Amino acid sequence: MSPGFQGRPRSAEPALPPGQYLTEDFPVLSAGPTPRVPLDTWEFVVTVEGGAEFRWSWDELMGLPQETPTVDIHCVTRWSKLGTNWQGVSLDTLLEGIDTAARYALVHSYGGYTTNLPLDDLRGGRAWVTHGYDGGPLPAEHGGPARLLVPHLYLWKSAKWVRGIRLLVDDKPGFWETAGYHDYGDPWREQRYQGD
Amino acid sequence: MTDMSYLDGNMLDGPLRELFAVDLSSATGRCESCGRLGPVAGLHVFSHAPGLVARCPACGGVMLRLVRAPDRVWLDLRGTTFLQVPMPLDQPHPRPL
Ligand SMILES: [Zn+2]
Repeated sequence: MSPGFQGRPRSAEPALPPGQYLTEDFPVLSAGPTPRVPLDTWEFVVTVEGGAEFRWSWDELMGLPQETPTVDIHCVTRWSKLGTNWQGVSLDTLLEGIDTAARYALVHSYGGYTTNLPLDDLRGGRAWVTHGYDGGPLPAEHGGPARLLVPHLYLWKSAKWVRGIRLLVDDKPGFWETAGYHDYGDPWREQRYQGD
Repeated sequence: MTDMSYLDGNMLDGPLRELFAVDLSSATGRCESCGRLGPVAGLHVFSHAPGLVARCPACGGVMLRLVRAPDRVWLDLRGTTFLQVPMPLDQPHPRPL
């Protein structure tokens, strides 16, 4: 066996996407007032391109199989936080059995926020509707009662106070995407703004 | 809606000065969503965000969004039906030197 045959040591791999710095705290970013959503009226709705709706109440969401992803998150304002612990339901679970030919998703939130992404990016164990953070309920300032989590894209795609997802045949830009930010937002390709 | 984490619209003065030749600190704007006419300085500006988000103080509707990249800037005013900017009285003839 030749030493060094196994390639670059792991420490040579970049820990952070380009242009990001590491933070230990959890900055609160918000484009508006924090909505307070009572759990007894909370709902999550998937709307298919033909108009059919699939709804979950809070209790129904809690009754689905729960996952506890530990993921790195990257905000377009250049901070990254490593190894964050969440609890929630995989979008694979929520989308299971929903018949659609849509290729895009427009996520919408309590308070009016929206963000768009390809539907494929919500599948394959890469996206969750989260309601727990670090062993407790997800605080309202971080998006509780429930927040979308899509950690492989910049964090503005992980819509706080998530209320539903519209499945669309054609892409429709969301809140920040209509104001200059990138339609996809891959932090490893530094897709911050339109045209990046 | 319980949150006071916004600044008043006076803070838009500097960022908008990069874009406009006129001084917008005394401008007024009309909200597209509720029709309210009020000073830009009275908007509620959320700045702990990927851009500046200025909301109508009456209805909370987004009236202005400003995103600044190192080499580009985007302004979205679709929530504002007009900006009214005070101008000096139009002079019919050039002023004498
Ligand atoms: Zn208004």
